[in-house]
Amino acid sequence: MVEDADAAGDAARLGAPGADGVVRPRRRYHLLSRRDRVVLSLMVGIPLILDLALIWAPAAASFALSFTNWRGVEPITAKSVVGLQNYEQLFTGTYPFFWPAVSHNVVWLAFLMFVATPLGMLLAVLLDREIRGSRIYQTAFYLPVVLSLAVIGIIWQLQYSADNGFIDVALRALGVTNPPDWFGDQTTVLVAPLNLWAAMIAASWRHVGYVMILYLAGLKSVDPALRDAAKVDGASERQTFTAVVFPAMAPINVVVVVITTIEALRAFDIVYIINRGRNGLELLSTLIYNNSISESSRVGFGSAIAVVLLVVSLGPIIAFLVRIMRRDAS
Amino acid sequence: MSDQDVDRAAWQGRPVGRRTFLRGVAGVVGVASVPGLLAACSPAGTASGAPASSAPAGSSAAPASSSASPSGSATGTLNIGSNNSDPTPKKAMQAVVDAFTQETGIQVKLNTVDHGSFQDNLSQYLQGTPDDVITWFSGHRMRFFANQGLFTPIDDVWSTVGSNFGDAMKTAATNDDGKVYLIPFDTYAWTVYYRKSVWDAKGYTIPTTLDAFKQLAQKMKDDGLVPIGLGDKDGWPAQGHFDVIDLRENGYQYHIDLMNGKAKWTDPQVKQTFTVWKSLLPFYQEGAAGRKWQDAAAGLVQKTTGMMLQPQVGETFAAAGPDEFKDLTFFPWPNHGTKWDDEKSLDAPIDGFMLTAKSPTLSQNMDAAKAFLEFAATGKAQQIFVKEQAAFIGAAKDVDATQYTPLQQEQVKVLSDAKSVAQFLDRDTRSDFAGPQGMQAFLIDFLQKPDQDLDAYLKKIQDYYDSLGPEA
Repeated sequence: MVEDADAAGDAARLGAPGADGVVRPRRRYHLLSRRDRVVLSLMVGIPLILDLALIWAPAAASFALSFTNWRGVEPITAKSVVGLQNYEQLFTGTYPFFWPAVSHNVVWLAFLMFVATPLGMLLAVLLDREIRGSRIYQTAFYLPVVLSLAVIGIIWQLQYSADNGFIDVALRALGVTNPPDWFGDQTTVLVAPLNLWAAMIAASWRHVGYVMILYLAGLKSVDPALRDAAKVDGASERQTFTAVVFPAMAPINVVVVVITTIEALRAFDIVYIINRGRNGLELLSTLIYNNSISESSRVGFGSAIAVVLLVVSLGPIIAFLVRIMRRDAS
Repeated sequence: MSDQDVDRAAWQGRPVGRRTFLRGVAGVVGVASVPGLLAACSPAGTASGAPASSAPAGSSAAPASSSASPSGSATGTLNIGSNNSDPTPKKAMQAVVDAFTQETGIQVKLNTVDHGSFQDNLSQYLQGTPDDVITWFSGHRMRFFANQGLFTPIDDVWSTVGSNFGDAMKTAATNDDGKVYLIPFDTYAWTVYYRKSVWDAKGYTIPTTLDAFKQLAQKMKDDGLVPIGLGDKDGWPAQGHFDVIDLRENGYQYHIDLMNGKAKWTDPQVKQTFTVWKSLLPFYQEGAAGRKWQDAAAGLVQKTTGMMLQPQVGETFAAAGPDEFKDLTFFPWPNHGTKWDDEKSLDAPIDGFMLTAKSPTLSQNMDAAKAFLEFAATGKAQQIFVKEQAAFIGAAKDVDATQYTPLQQEQVKVLSDAKSVAQFLDRDTRSDFAGPQGMQAFLIDFLQKPDQDLDAYLKKIQDYYDSLGPEA
């Protein structure tokens, strides 16, 4: 097709009569045919428009709203603009829930990154050895990822409830007189409230299966010749993994790190079903929801928190993109 | 839970979706060619700027809802948005609507939305295309939206039905602008519930003073009972405890001033309330923050808990069986030995019906809507609603009290004794202050750490209140 276009173009440039003897008007030379260009601009344009309309426009609107005290009902006027007041309330602690939420998000990220993700990788390595019943284990560990939120809520209610939950009933049977109140107790244990630990375990329950599937795919893609070579060189099992297999999975590692970061920053559902994210379970996402979307309708203020979350999220996303682009360039 | 519900709410909340679509189609096709279609499908005279305005006006008898069954003697239609989404209230609400249709021939399209979603999305819903009449709350919750012009005043309806309500109801139905916006429908009193059989067996008697209350609680503790059951996982049950203690310590007017921001949380009066509350906390059920109120109520059913300040336990006992339900009774919160004891005030939230402002079908359905509001103001209608609902009583004067259960009759008495009735913290103050990041969180913080520095604690609350800015 390109060649045809070239031929036609040449003919046009020369102003020579074509095979049919008609002189065609001069035409600019194009690498792509008109049809290609239409198809391409549609394929680029439609996603671009959707991207602008559904992602960038709301983000920009949210940014603009973060300087107002708009409540979602009244018209926005000059009086609605409050400048940096929302941010000031966040950072100075007048809004007493912001800094706890930030620290909870950080703890959440660290927990997923250093506990849940390695656990998922460990499961993947174990299941990759084609042990008997591997499929069943895979399904079992992956199941939480596909369960609906309502089901997850019920499952953890049954585990954690202080009156009739499995854990506390078992503890009482073992003679513990006053078992912990997993959902409600916000006493700090190590670096986080007790109920946040409970929520993080519930979240990890889901995250581990997700990471496991990603690493299983990654392990399958590692060239078996590498392992054989390592074996011939006399590497131990552990050395083979740390020095050969793990580095060979670099692309998957990046994906997993990014996914873990994003999962930690947008964590919402589990704490929301527990208690709408308060009293130890504050996360940036629940603050946004409870301010902007719920009945309280502090849209401007919630937008300010959303902007903070956006800026925080941009960090890992930019780092990821830079890495990808650098690799493509080299 | 919420994604699905919100979707459903969005869908159900816009019964004109199909009609709007047809209007859009008509606009494309050319409206002149399809006036018949429009007359059949579009509510006349409601389309602002849409081509449907050329449809024959005055065709208000056109069936707006083609999904309704063939309407024999129908003289109109009406859309009602309802937050009565739990099975029992939902059934009761349907019974009310059926009775209305039977009496007037007006077809009603009842649009029930999960009450949590209903509440969270109300602001968007009222600004969009709400139903003609909706269920909602009195107090600050009513005023907030009424002041935005999102509800229509119903003084003309009130002039016919107002005599059927007491003064407390009228106050609750009236906005700051002096206009009436709400038809009070049902209510329930926040009192202390207990099981007669347990108390008889142990020889407990109703305490009328705070000291007697504490002595009784101590006795229960010694008997191995949890004296005061509480499940505050949802955040609001503890608010009722604060309310009644504050009402006894500082009186109704101060309490309402505090809710409206006229009094300050840093006042010594508020500190006094928390100090008194603190003296009761040793008798509270532990781990309230992680327990649902239903689980706390189960303790009362299973006779491991002595008493509970929460009217919703009626539902739990009704579900447990008629014998259990007969065993349930209550007493009003005891006197504190202050001059406010005589007010006998308490929380009794009032639910009712309101007329929206932006419903696209409202102008067409106005007569039907007002007929429904008048119907809802009768004891007869309210009786239908509360018949199955152990926890509620009707709001009108002419409800036939002889049909009430003994428990409901007791509620009527305690409410008529009260000189003033508060609506409940969550409804008396602004919703951004009352919510999860607000008084729900602050009160749980107090319940878990009652020994913290109260001055610093109350300053934190007041600072937060002050940071909220004007309420639009």
